Amino acid sequence: MEHITLLLAIVVVTALVFDFTNGFHDTANAMATTISTGALKPKTAVAMSAVLNLVGAFLSVEVAKTISGGIINENGLRTEVIFAALVGAILWNLLTWLVGLPSSSSHALFGGLIGAAVMSAGWSSINGGTVVTKVLLPAIAAPLVAGLAALLATKLTYRINRKITDEAQLKSTAKGYRAGQIASAGLVSLAHGTNDAQKTMGIITLALVTGGVLAPGSNPPVWVIASAGIAIALGTYLGGWRIIRTMGSGLTDLRPPQGFAAQTSAATVILASSHLGFSLSTTQSCSGAVMGAGLGRKGGVVRWSTATRMFVAWGLTLPAAGLIGAGSEFLTKQGPWGVGVVAVLLVAGSAAIWLLSRRKPVDHTNVNAPDDEPAGVVTTAMAAVSPPPIGSAVPDLKTTIPAPAPTAGTPGDPARPATV
Amino acid sequence: MNIDWAALASVFGVSLVVTIALVGLFTLGIIGLAKQVPTAQGGGPSVLARSGAYACFGLCAAAVAYGIYLIVV
Repeated sequence: MEHITLLLAIVVVTALVFDFTNGFHDTANAMATTISTGALKPKTAVAMSAVLNLVGAFLSVEVAKTISGGIINENGLRTEVIFAALVGAILWNLLTWLVGLPSSSSHALFGGLIGAAVMSAGWSSINGGTVVTKVLLPAIAAPLVAGLAALLATKLTYRINRKITDEAQLKSTAKGYRAGQIASAGLVSLAHGTNDAQKTMGIITLALVTGGVLAPGSNPPVWVIASAGIAIALGTYLGGWRIIRTMGSGLTDLRPPQGFAAQTSAATVILASSHLGFSLSTTQSCSGAVMGAGLGRKGGVVRWSTATRMFVAWGLTLPAAGLIGAGSEFLTKQGPWGVGVVAVLLVAGSAAIWLLSRRKPVDHTNVNAPDDEPAGVVTTAMAAVSPPPIGSAVPDLKTTIPAPAPTAGTPGDPARPATV
Repeated sequence: MNIDWAALASVFGVSLVVTIALVGLFTLGIIGLAKQVPTAQGGGPSVLARSGAYACFGLCAAAVAYGIYLIVV
């Protein structure tokens, strides 16, 4: 830690900011079902998840040696490229949070890296095959695996306890389901802390190595581990309430048995996949598990309009973060003033998204509430008359962010006013 | 491009089996405990149901412990 240049300091701070957005973006994975079924109070749930994230960050000894897992050629990667990639990932994370859609933070980071690397060194710096095997295929497999497991598990659990009809006994089983759900949610949080905080440690370490502060191949210093763990835990504690609402009650209505089945399936898929060497995205596994559990209960429905918007967001994650990353890299290539401009744009863009979010704040007080309303005549009429909030927001952001408008702005979609 | 279909298939299989087994076991456990609650139609404490329930929970706890082991190592 002798001579940290200004650029390096900016990259470290940006990496921690990404870690922070990663935390609040992914709180939903562990805690959305726990919150929507009432197993834990919203604040308790995010606090528990935050603590487990922090613990997870310190738990593992195996720190990520590559940040992209071979998707891009990391030899000779310049510090500015990492910075540009982070900018793309952060802005995409914030934008999907604004519209309340769960999307993979890792994919956002990969997208940013790809965009920045292509702009910096051309298409040859990308390993196209790895993009398919590490990003595209898992994106299809994760929700299918987790969804099918949750679907069958939900059917099974409802079948086993179908004879329990007595009021007092039902209360007892509901309590049991909640306890089980908390345990599996805890596992997801712990795994998340280990995986994702490590990713940030990997980025910071790589930046320090490229900047010549650390020797190549060295382990991250303690301050890196601690700051990455704290950043992700703070983000988690802040709670991405918009995404929690979508995942916990927007996709489907979950009851305790379903919440338990969904969370257990998600935890199993995440652990099995990372252990068996075919990594699946946490976010996509959890969303798939929630939908599977929704379909598993007799009379359960999945709100496909919300699900479709989520799928579109998944599809856009890589190209959108890539475009922002490429744009940022184009500026940082121009020299120090370009880096300054990108930093200013990042702050301005984040502030704009935050201000937009204040129009319809979602926090721990209303995270479960309005989504449960069926879309009646009034809601639909209001949606048709008043311009949807995001529709008016997109033009302001058009310069930095490829518009998700075609999917998000459909006025006739009754789920929209409630979820944004 | 080298897609590791075998790994994908084993993730699929293991996830399905483990999820269903755990959810099934846990459900049996909480039903065992629920049967302890006296109802209008009778029912009430039974040693067999209770120990069966605890055995189910024990297996689930072992699975969680293994999960934590996988995360740490």
